[in-house]
This record gives sequence, C-alpha cells and structure tokens, in this order.
Amino acid sequence: MRKLLRDPVASLGLAIVLFALVVAAFAPWLAPYPEDAFESHLLQRLKPPSAEFPFGTDYLGRDILSRIILGTRNAIAVAVAVVGASMLIGVPMGLLAGWRDNWVSDVLMRVTDVFLAVPQLILALALGQLMSPGLGTAMLALSLTYWPFFTRTVYAETRRLRGALFVDALAGIGATPTRILLLHVLPNAAPAVLVRATIGMGFTILTAAILGFLGVGAAPPSPDWGLAVAEARQHLPESWWFATFPGLAILLLVLGFNLLGDGLRDVADPRLRRSR
Amino acid sequence: MSDMLPDPPERQALLSVRDLAVHIRTDAGLARILDGVSFDLPPGGTLGVVGESGCGKSTLLRAILGILPKGAMVPSGQVLFQGEDILRKPVRGRIGFIPQDPFRSLNPVFRAGDQLLEGMRRHAPGTRDDHRKKLISLFNAVQLPDAHNALDKYPHEFSGGQRQRLLIAAALACDPDLVVADEPTTALDVTTQREILALLRGLTAERNMALLFVTHDFGVLSAVCEDVAVLYAGRVAELGPTGNVLADPRHPYARMLLACHPDRATDLIGIPGTVPAATAQPPGCRFHPRCPIARPSCARSVPEAVRIFDGSRVACPFHADALPEVALV
Amino acid sequence: MARFILRRVLLALPALLGLVLLTFVLTRVIPADPAAMLAGDAATPAQVAEIRTRYGLDQPMWRQAVTHVRQVLTGDLGSSIFTGRPVAEEIGFRLPATLELTFVARFLSVVLGVPLGLVAALDHNGPVDQIVRLLSVGGLAIAGFWLAIMLQLLFCMEWELLPLRGRIDVALGVPPGFSGLYLLDSLLAGRLDLFVDALRHLVLPAVTLCLPGLASIARFTRSGVLETLQKDFVLYARAAGYSPFRLATIYVLRNAVTVTVTQVGLLFGALISGAVAVEAIFDWPGLGTYAVQAILAADYKALLAVTLVVGVVYAVVNVLVDVAQALVDPRVAEQMK
Repeated sequence: MRKLLRDPVASLGLAIVLFALVVAAFAPWLAPYPEDAFESHLLQRLKPPSAEFPFGTDYLGRDILSRIILGTRNAIAVAVAVVGASMLIGVPMGLLAGWRDNWVSDVLMRVTDVFLAVPQLILALALGQLMSPGLGTAMLALSLTYWPFFTRTVYAETRRLRGALFVDALAGIGATPTRILLLHVLPNAAPAVLVRATIGMGFTILTAAILGFLGVGAAPPSPDWGLAVAEARQHLPESWWFATFPGLAILLLVLGFNLLGDGLRDVADPRLRRSR
Repeated sequence: MSDMLPDPPERQALLSVRDLAVHIRTDAGLARILDGVSFDLPPGGTLGVVGESGCGKSTLLRAILGILPKGAMVPSGQVLFQGEDILRKPVRGRIGFIPQDPFRSLNPVFRAGDQLLEGMRRHAPGTRDDHRKKLISLFNAVQLPDAHNALDKYPHEFSGGQRQRLLIAAALACDPDLVVADEPTTALDVTTQREILALLRGLTAERNMALLFVTHDFGVLSAVCEDVAVLYAGRVAELGPTGNVLADPRHPYARMLLACHPDRATDLIGIPGTVPAATAQPPGCRFHPRCPIARPSCARSVPEAVRIFDGSRVACPFHADALPEVALV
Repeated sequence: MARFILRRVLLALPALLGLVLLTFVLTRVIPADPAAMLAGDAATPAQVAEIRTRYGLDQPMWRQAVTHVRQVLTGDLGSSIFTGRPVAEEIGFRLPATLELTFVARFLSVVLGVPLGLVAALDHNGPVDQIVRLLSVGGLAIAGFWLAIMLQLLFCMEWELLPLRGRIDVALGVPPGFSGLYLLDSLLAGRLDLFVDALRHLVLPAVTLCLPGLASIARFTRSGVLETLQKDFVLYARAAGYSPFRLATIYVLRNAVTVTVTQVGLLFGALISGAVAVEAIFDWPGLGTYAVQAILAADYKALLAVTLVVGVVYAVVNVLVDVAQALVDPRVAEQMK
C-alpha cells in the first residue's frame, strides 16, 4: 500500500476511483437536480453550460451534471457485478485447469480459447438483442466474455505454484488437493487476480458504455453515460456539451481504474517494475 | 606486482587499477561494492581474481570493460589502460571479453556471424570480408568444428563448449592487448573446461595478450594465472604470485578460505558470521567481525597493505600472527 | 517453413469448429424466435409455422447444428433470412472495407506504438517513461465511439477538413479493381484523386481505431525491451562494442517484439469488436455495420456467418503471427518440429 502511494501515477488512479465511489454512494445528495434522473423540462432543453447548469442540459432539458453524477452508481454497479460473476466462473476453472495436466485441463483451456476468439462486442450485441435488451442482458453478455481472462490468469499462477516446494511439502503431509488449492494456491494467486479485476473494472465500464451507445445496454431514461452520447449525436454540432461531458466521465473513471491496476501490478510484481 | 598505494608504477603497466571504488544506490541504502581496489597488470601478464560470490569480482570486470550498471557511481579511483583513463572514456576493441555463460551471452534471434562481426565492424580495420576470413581462421584456431559455416548458424545450433570457443574467438578478433574472462568455464563440464583453459592460455601467450581472469576455482587459477588477487567484501585482501598465495596464504581470510575449500572459493560454511551486505559494510577491516585474530584496532581503521618477502601484499597488519591453526577453528 | 505453416493451420481447425458450434448454440438457444420476428407481428400461427418449416427451424436442435456445420464446411453460408440475398455475397462486399480499415489501424498502432514503447523503456522510470505510461493507460481508457464523435465534431463539423462519413465520395465513383481495398485498387488503377479521397475518408476511423492497440503495443514493447535489456547477451554486446543506438534498436528490439507480435494477433479480435462502433459512427460499409443490422433484424444466418468470418480472419491472422514469429526467432520453428 505504501509502495502504491509512492507512485504518483497510481495514486492519481486511486484518488479518481475513491472520488467516484464517494460520488456513487452519495449521488442523490450531491446532484444539484436529483429529480432529473427521470423528469424532463422541455422549456430548458439544450442549454449551453452556465452557472445554473455547469455542463449544460440535454435534449429533454435535464441537467447533464446531475445525470453524470447519478450515472456513476450504475456504471460502478455494472462493473462490480460483471467482474464478480466473471471471477466466479473464471477462477475455479483456472484452478482446476492449472492443477493437473490431463484431458480435463486440456478441454477447459480449449473452451477458454474458443471464448477468447469470439469477438466480444458482437457476442454481447447478439445476446443483448436476442434476449430482451437491457442492463441485465448486457451484464450477462459481458460476464460471458470476460471470464476467460480470469481463467488464463489463475491457470498461469496455479501452474507456476504447483511446482513450488511448499506445495510438495503440503501434499507430503497429506493435505487434499482442494485444501491446497483453496488455502494455499489461491491466496498466492490473489495479487494477480486483483490486478486483473481492477483492469477488468475499467474495461467493463468501457464496454458497457459501448453497449449503451449502440442501444443494447441501459435503456432510457436511465442516466447511462454511453446512452447519453448516443442521444447527443442528433444534436451535433450545436450542442457539443451534450456529447462531450458524459464521454469525459467515462474517460475519467476508466482511466482511474486502469491507472490503479497499473500501479497494483507494479506492487504485485516488483521484479520488473511496471512490466506487463 | 606493484603496490596497493597509488604510487607511480615501476614499469609501464598495461592495466593499472588505482584506488578504485564503485558504489551503487539501492532501495536498502548505498551499496559499497568496491573500495580502494588497486593492482597493476603488465603487458602479457596473467592475473586471477578470486573471491566468494558478492565480493565485487563482476563489478570490477564491468568497470574495466566500461559496462557498469546504470546508477553506479565511481567516487574515487582510476582505471588506466595503456595510460588512458578508461573509466571516463571506455575503450572498445582493445580489450577482449569472454563472458561467463556461453548459453546466455549470444542473442538467440541473430546468426552467430551477425553478432560477432558487429564489434569488428566498428573496432577493427578492414572490410566485412576481411573480418569474416579472420573470424573463420580464429574459429580454426579455437578448434571449432565446421568453422567455415559457423558464422551462418544460430546460437542454439552450437553446444555449450562450441559456443565458448566461439566467444573466445570473438574476444581475440580485434587483436586486443588485454583479454578479460569472467569464469569462462563454469558453465561447462570438466573435460571441456580443461581443453578450453589450455586453449585460452595458449592463444593469449602466443599473441602476448595479458589476461585478467575471474574465477572461484583454485585449480583453474594455478593452471592459468601467474598472480592472484583475493577479494573480500570489495577490497583486495591479498595479492601475490599464485603458487605462493595458494601454498601459504597470509591474510586470515585467504587462509580460512583455502582451509575450508581447497578447490573452490565458495562461501565460508562453518565459519561464524556471513559476508556483510554491500549496504552494511563494517567499519575498519571488513573481515574483522569474522576474523579469529581480530583486535580492537581492526574495527577502527582500514588496514594498510603490508608487503612481504616475495613481493606479495597482505591487507592485514597482524598477518604474521595468523598461524596455521587459526584456519581450523 | 512450409511444414511449419501447414501444422499451424491444422492446429487452428479444432478451435474454428468449436467457434462454429459455439456461435450456433449462442444464437439459437437464446429465447428469440426468428420465425416469429420474420413473419411480423400480424402473422397468423400458420404463417409462422410455414416459415419455420421453410428454414428448417422445426428440426431438432442437434440436426440444425449438424446441417449448419455441414453447410459451413461446404462453403455455403446460406441466404439472409431477412433480405433473402446470399450471405456470402454481402460479406464479400463488406469484408474488404473492414479489412482495409482494421489493417490501416493496426499498421498505425504498430508504427507508433513500438517506438513509443522503446523510448519509454530506454528512459526507464524517467519522465519520458511516465508520459508514455499515462498515454498508454489513457489510450486504453478512451471510449472509441466518443472519440470518434469528438473527432467528427472538430475535423468535420467545426473545421470542415475531412469528410464526415463513408469510404469514398460516391460522386467520384468506386475505384476499379479486384481487391475491394480502395487504397490499393485506386493506386493500381493510377487514380490518384480516388486514392486521396479514400485516404481522407479513412483517416478519422483509422485513427480512432488504432488507439487501444497503440497503447497495448507500446506497453508490451516497453516491457519486452526492459526484459531483454537485462539479458546477459546485451551486456556482452555492450562489452563487444556495439553502438548504443544499434543495440537499442535492432539488437534488443528484435527480441522484444516477439511478445508484441503475439499481442498483435491476440488483440485482433478486440480490434474487430472495436470496429463495430466506429463503423457505425462513420457509416463505414463494413462487417461491423452488417453485424449490427443482422442483430437488430434477428437475422441469425447473417450473424452466424459474420461471426464465422471474423473467427476465420482471427485464425488466419494468428497463423500469420506465428509465421512472423518463426521468422523473427529461429527457435520457435525449432520447437514446433
């Protein structure tokens, strides 16, 4: 932790993420016009940024700053759910595949490869459309395409660790494979999983925004950032603020998670600072 | 040989290391890898450098070769090669280098020839064709099989012994006056070791090249080197003719080292204490915490080199008291 | 080398078969009824049943799967159940557009990313390194669709420097040629005006699309160079008197890029995904827009075909990557024997 704080770029990431978490937690109190999540005010539509509306208003006259603040909660919730579900699938599969070299591990890794070869966005789009489009479908689609990354990470760590002396020693004193995997291998793989999860948060927020933009993610009137950029397209170039600020919010939050993940990786892998 | 003190050399030394110190800043503090190291090497001479791992042998070589790691500082001292200070301005081509590990010292993705010719291209006269011819004749001299095609092969197509022959040939390619070898045979099996050593000695003697040879194998040392310098914790403990030092070491450290391991300079197992970390060198004589004949003064002042009857230098004022039995604690 | 390539192709086949099955399962198991969608809201149950029989949708799922795989293997991608046109024909028109865009984007990310990674590594932990780090992390954080819109806003609407959408100005006509790659075709035909116009259309989508890849490639090159710099052979080469410039560029980079080359292949899938949004924004008539149309229309035939084609492109790129690696590093081909 102290090492992380000594790294200015990673501290910046941590600060952004903490800031976003605070904003998400207290969104209804922080937003100047919390009711703008759903209410529209057609008389004040597409107003440029002013003291009253710092980021301007959208095509339904809603305060963009308020909607960005309110959207933070959604963005983070989606990312947490997707990364959590991906870990639930990916981590056990990685442990199982990495522990022994047999047909089970071969099959698991081939399946993982196939899922990695599927173009993520197309699969997510297909699922999103074929089931009823919405946030739930988008989350399912994102989870289905993100778990292979965890499998890969845990697989590599398990393979590295299973050759370690302490694992042999544990097997020698009669520890069962399940026990060794859960109590000894998994904690050792945890830093790598944590790094992957942090970067996954950023990645998921980004992909969820693309889904929202393409109309198969969050549905109106949700204050989703990707959706807002899509709605803004018809009002360009006059209402530049409508597209610009929600996009900047995406950029800032994803940047925060990525910088934090980058810094965590340094701490987790001191051998080669900021290696991969 | 000459003195540890930086007085003018008695004859023109080829290589003269004077009061050399190399420090590196690390997370754990300042690492004083080398301190006050001095020795001379005459043209055509052979000097072995022995010591445990971590005593500063490799750093000494890197200082001479001008490839000190990033962040290394040289707070004092000079390395004179043919009178030029090569610490400030490294010379290339006039010092040949034989690395420790033939397996890892060649880039796996380039043909052997492309790698070996690059140094010659910059530092040897003549055309690329001359260089190729010269290398092939050297390959024959080092008895590399299939010498004619060797330049077009990739490193993984050679065995370890062949690669080491390749690297010896490369070290001689620019007709250097000095060859620096870093434990060139440790990665090889014993028979190959012996052949390579004989070859190296023969080739350098024939061409009147001086040889600076780092090793921890006393057998290798006596076969190759006229003189030997024993390093401990970044300082020269003892320096003198190889035969005399090996037969009758004077410095307590050298004595214990040889008594523990008559064949190789490896860690002093069974002797109390450990080699100090380079970031926490003890004051005074760096060996005093482990020395059986240490006196209070040893912790206060750095011992001056004492010259003894055969011209050897011993960095211990009490070496005369270092009776044979102290080695066998 | 020929045997090496053949081996790699054979190894890629099972994964492709898996992909064909997986896409089939994913597009067909999911609760949506293409027959009902096709027939429309006003259709009678009898009409729906008729459509179902016509497209074999009433067969057991496993039989549909077998039929699907057999058709794919014989090169029959079927007809779009929406437009009725052969899917292969539509893809044949759209694939070059996507290939041109993605290859130019990838080219940009390599020629910019590799030098950036190199200078960052040579200034390890220095200011240049930190700047490149911020840039590369930022490049992965930026939403492509938003960047595309911002670029349009500035370059097309505000300053009116570049065209807003499409591959070429239709008033000028389409470059004659066989490849469907407008840049190549127009050059071969000697139509410099068409080349410039195609290039002007290509700039913004390609720049948008190259960014994530550029960031990854810079990072992988940087870590590859750092890792290589620690190798014994670099020390040896320095002692042997290599010039520092040559050492950093040719000698170290060639080892370092083996990792990068693998990444170029692995990231190709992400590149094609990224192309979906970017193509939609720039009205680029490629596979991405086709896929979006197919999805919106529940045109599962077209969607299966697109996914398959993308999978094949992905596999081919990865075979090419392996061949490139074998050329860069002789030990790779050795290991495959």
